[in-house]
Amino acid sequence: MMPSLQFLLNGQDVRLTEVGASETLLDFLRINRRLTGTKEGCAEGDCGACTVMLGRLTDAGLIYEPINACIRFLASCHGCHIVTIEHLKGPEGELHPIQQAMVENHGSQCGFCTPGIVMALYGLWMTQPDAGVTDIENALQGNLCRCTGYEPIINAALAAGRAGGQAMDALAAERETVAARLRDMRGGRVELSKGGERAVIPADTDDLAAVLEENPKATIVAGATDVGLWVTKFLRDISPAVFIGHLMKDVTVTGDEMRLGAGVTYSEAAPLFRQHLPQAYDYLLRIAGWQVRNMGTIGANIANGSPIGDMPPLLIALGARIVLRKGAARREIALEDFFIDYGKQDRAPGEFVETVIIPTRSDAKIAAYKVSKRRHSDITAVATGFCVSVENGIITDARVAFGGMAATPKRAGKAEAALTGQPFTADSFDAAARAVADDFQPLSDWRASADYRRTVAANLFRRFWLEQSEPDLPVRLQYAVGE
Amino acid sequence: MKDETTIRGLAHTDTIHDSAIKQVQGRADYTDDLTEPHGLLHACLGLSQCAHGRIVRMDLDAVRAAPGVIDVMTATDIPGDNDVSANGKHDDPIFADGVVLFWGQPVFAVIAETRDQARRAAHKARIEYEALPHALDPIAARDAGMGYVTEPLTLRRGDASAAMEAAPRRIKGRFGIGGQDHFYLEGQIAMAVPGEDDDVVINVSTQHPSEVQHVVAHVLGVPNHSVVVNVRRMGGGFGGKETQMNLFAAVAAMAARKWGRAVKIRPDRDDDMTATGKRHDFVVDYEVGFDDDGRILAVEGDWYARCGFSSDLSGPVTDRALFHADNAYYYPDVRVSSHPMKTNTVSNTAFRGFGGPQGVIVAERITEEIAYALGRDPLEIRKLNLYQNGQLTPYHQEVNDQILPRIFQEIEASSDYHARRQAVLDWNAKGGVIRKGIALTPVKFGISFTATWFNQAGSLIHIYSDGSIALNHGGTEMGQGLNTKVAQVVAEAFQCDISRIKITRTTTEKVPNTSATAASSGTDLNGMAALDAAEQIKARLIDFVAERWQAPREDVKFVPGHIRVGDRDIPWAEVINAAYMARIHLSAAGFYKTPKIHWDRATGRGRPFYYYAYGAAVSEVSVDTLTGEYVIDRADVIHDVGRSLNPAIDKGQVEGAFVQGAGWLTCEELWWDDKGRLRTHAPSTYKIPLASDKPRIFNVKLADWSENSERTIKRSKAVGEPPFMLGISVFEAINMAVASFGDYREPARLDAPATPERVLMAIEAHRQEPGRK
Repeated sequence: MMPSLQFLLNGQDVRLTEVGASETLLDFLRINRRLTGTKEGCAEGDCGACTVMLGRLTDAGLIYEPINACIRFLASCHGCHIVTIEHLKGPEGELHPIQQAMVENHGSQCGFCTPGIVMALYGLWMTQPDAGVTDIENALQGNLCRCTGYEPIINAALAAGRAGGQAMDALAAERETVAARLRDMRGGRVELSKGGERAVIPADTDDLAAVLEENPKATIVAGATDVGLWVTKFLRDISPAVFIGHLMKDVTVTGDEMRLGAGVTYSEAAPLFRQHLPQAYDYLLRIAGWQVRNMGTIGANIANGSPIGDMPPLLIALGARIVLRKGAARREIALEDFFIDYGKQDRAPGEFVETVIIPTRSDAKIAAYKVSKRRHSDITAVATGFCVSVENGIITDARVAFGGMAATPKRAGKAEAALTGQPFTADSFDAAARAVADDFQPLSDWRASADYRRTVAANLFRRFWLEQSEPDLPVRLQYAVGE
Repeated sequence: MKDETTIRGLAHTDTIHDSAIKQVQGRADYTDDLTEPHGLLHACLGLSQCAHGRIVRMDLDAVRAAPGVIDVMTATDIPGDNDVSANGKHDDPIFADGVVLFWGQPVFAVIAETRDQARRAAHKARIEYEALPHALDPIAARDAGMGYVTEPLTLRRGDASAAMEAAPRRIKGRFGIGGQDHFYLEGQIAMAVPGEDDDVVINVSTQHPSEVQHVVAHVLGVPNHSVVVNVRRMGGGFGGKETQMNLFAAVAAMAARKWGRAVKIRPDRDDDMTATGKRHDFVVDYEVGFDDDGRILAVEGDWYARCGFSSDLSGPVTDRALFHADNAYYYPDVRVSSHPMKTNTVSNTAFRGFGGPQGVIVAERITEEIAYALGRDPLEIRKLNLYQNGQLTPYHQEVNDQILPRIFQEIEASSDYHARRQAVLDWNAKGGVIRKGIALTPVKFGISFTATWFNQAGSLIHIYSDGSIALNHGGTEMGQGLNTKVAQVVAEAFQCDISRIKITRTTTEKVPNTSATAASSGTDLNGMAALDAAEQIKARLIDFVAERWQAPREDVKFVPGHIRVGDRDIPWAEVINAAYMARIHLSAAGFYKTPKIHWDRATGRGRPFYYYAYGAAVSEVSVDTLTGEYVIDRADVIHDVGRSLNPAIDKGQVEGAFVQGAGWLTCEELWWDDKGRLRTHAPSTYKIPLASDKPRIFNVKLADWSENSERTIKRSKAVGEPPFMLGISVFEAINMAVASFGDYREPARLDAPATPERVLMAIEAHRQEPGRK
């Protein structure tokens, strides 16, 4: 057992023996280290002013991703490399190409969002120097700027991409030594405490199972994109907390099935979706912003049981299953059976979601839709997944699930019944659109009224029909910008 | 410092923002980044959980007993006045005293060793209320007889009701216009450091240091000279830090004086958005009379504003809504009235445009009404009704600098408006899922504070013996590039490189009695004040050089990096050092007041504005008629900033304002529940535009041929607010797309913001009407 939390902060080794469960990385940077370049704008992962780069070892080697320091717990940084804006400079202290381009393109006005934007763009520049406007906008989904209207920032990102210099970049140059230093930090379980709070970082998944048997009421923290807010917004006590963001990253794709470890993030899943479930790739990019997708995991999105649950509607429609584990015992259940009621899931104390099994259903017609007030990085008003099988012009099987329409993500039984056995025609989908009104009694809130949710739910059946029947018809908004 | 003959940073150049290099490195200090004094304490507000009620029991024992708590302050702990109102109406308590008037009103403050401890302690309060009836929106407030928070205003010219009566055509309507949260990225923050005597120094994110000074002195019961207020820069203001910082500065200052320790208060985003004012929402009842050609004959209107529980700036904000009720159009007979309604919501305040946008958008609604009624392109109606020089506004100011006809001509051509409008009509005629809309809307915006005495500014310039220059003025930097533009004015005056000039923080110690950096006036006022100081020093230098180098005064010239005497160029630093040795005074305080303006609110007549700024935009949108979602396909803008001091910075203001204006009218929605709780109080629930929400194609040009006809600083024009209203073109384009469902027989009459929900429900209403497609 290791006695301390270890990570690399810019160029320095950090070793902390006292760390609480609820300490955030942002407070550590700003208060303890006076690294004030990283800002707090919202403390909920929605504005990006706190963006830092997090380097971590993966099977593919050392990777860096922008994350939100405000909702990232310090304890979850064990074995990672935290890179803040202060570290971003050339060998002689000169501006990095991203910074230079931001200055030359007048990309900062009040400047408060600027360090976070620079870090997000840095993350993109590192891996995708030739990024076009759409890539840049996707990379900035988690960053708000209230001054510029974004145009000069996008111009700066394009200019920086043309400027080159990737090989000269400080992080590229020190890759090997950083990787070696992070490898040295790996080891067994880390248990920490401070001010009565406890934090546990299990060594591996078996260790996690053991930790949860010992602490069945512990708060399980994966990407912290939700639990982070329990602390920063609701001041909730999460101790003891078990940090699992580094675990369950394994992925296997066999035939018509993806098996994702519960710790696979949205960003890690994205290329898999692009390849094996391309119908849902755009949908994935509408979930949160880049920083959140780099932290949030698909397993935790299921486990925390949100009534909207961005992934569950699609996954339920596909007939996904999950593996729950308690100690050495595992059970596999259909995902739709996991959600019992609002805030209630079929998970025993000490049990955790270990694997998500996603059929890719190449035999079926698949779609995923999300509707929200703002297209990107917004909480869903209505989300839906369609998986419809058609044989000889007859709908043989229809699975349609919704989020945001009930207390849990849920199948639209009446609408499915209206489709099953019917001809694959506009009339059938109109009938389903009418039937879905009886499937749900949605709530009205600040995201949408019940009427709107019902109307949209019905219209999405019509959209599905139009897209499947006339693929060339323009039925979706075009966001791509000529590049 | 080397001498240069090629110098950077002169007026009318694309000089980079003075903080840009620091900002991209994270080295630009905001208030929370300042080195913290030893023993710093932290304050957190306790907010009411009742929209209107009498406090019957307030149990703060658990708050006091919480770890790290030093003190809990309530209304009874205020040494001077329990009031931070900006206008002397004494209606804006720091802490509610006996009765709370909105959900989220501060009731107490906790002072603790750490911010985390203060926040946790504040949540332990147990307060019981006897609920009283509440009214949240302006119409409910009117019906409940809530009354006004401040004096209403009526502007009239001619006999509107008679002209309406006589008009061949008349249309009446009601228009709901939503508010807007500032969402400055840096939230409210103040840090107070106690000094000797009664002194306190406050570092605060504010657009109005002098007001903080005066209000805090009032709260502490000390003279103004005991309070010093500093601000180097803000992480955005947009009007939200014109008065709203007073509360935070006052709490920090009171606690600092009481405990003899520095105190910082930085509310979290939720408390910030809950407890501070926003853009006013309005409900407007309008009526227009017009002829068969589309010429406006008469306009009447009533602007009901959600002002919140106190007056704050609601008087001048609702006044300005009326000043812009005409936007760019001549109303021959007109009567427009404001109704600044008291509501049980947070007290609304300044926000970029300051009521103007809520006037302008009604003028645009009126032109749409006429166009749809006559089956014409709204652009034709707009052009037909544009002011001609010599015509009078509803407040009897003569328009004499009209340039919109030329802007229209240019933008119609550069945006290819007519062909694209036809293409949109053709596209919609096919009746597909995606519908389109296009609109060209103008803005004419009056520049000057309507409170005439605010139109003054001061500056202070020191030249040190090495030739370096310290520049100070009363304006504040919130990202708009004010410091850069004022430094350019000084660099131009002295013909020295801008790197010689150090732009220092704004402080009440250097320039007293300043006005808010607001009303787009920062550069106009402070640039002139700085020029005045520079000219004073220049005059002394000319006298000195003429005498020392034995030349007539008119032969002394400021040339790049040098002073030229006859055919001899003397390096700047050499001249300055010689002047110092000769005991020349190298410091000057400058001053400026705007000429020509006057305004008599009692009669509704005057010349409140020194000049107008103009612009126009063409926006095209696509609307998804199955969900109501939309995308701005393209926006073209031509905007008038006179002779720009810094085209790059001005263009940035125009782009940013456009997107912020579009955000106001599209995705930004304030939502209160029936208990009066604002439920959209953080970026998770309140959505400002993202990069992917900006126009897919965005062509922004300055009207580079324009020159201010008045003698403003270098003939430039103010830029901060006017282009905000160009976002209205997006709103009108969305309305057109929706109106296609009724074959354009009627305007869509969407309330703002046009959220996807509003758009879809309007479309569905058409779908459910038989015989309509």
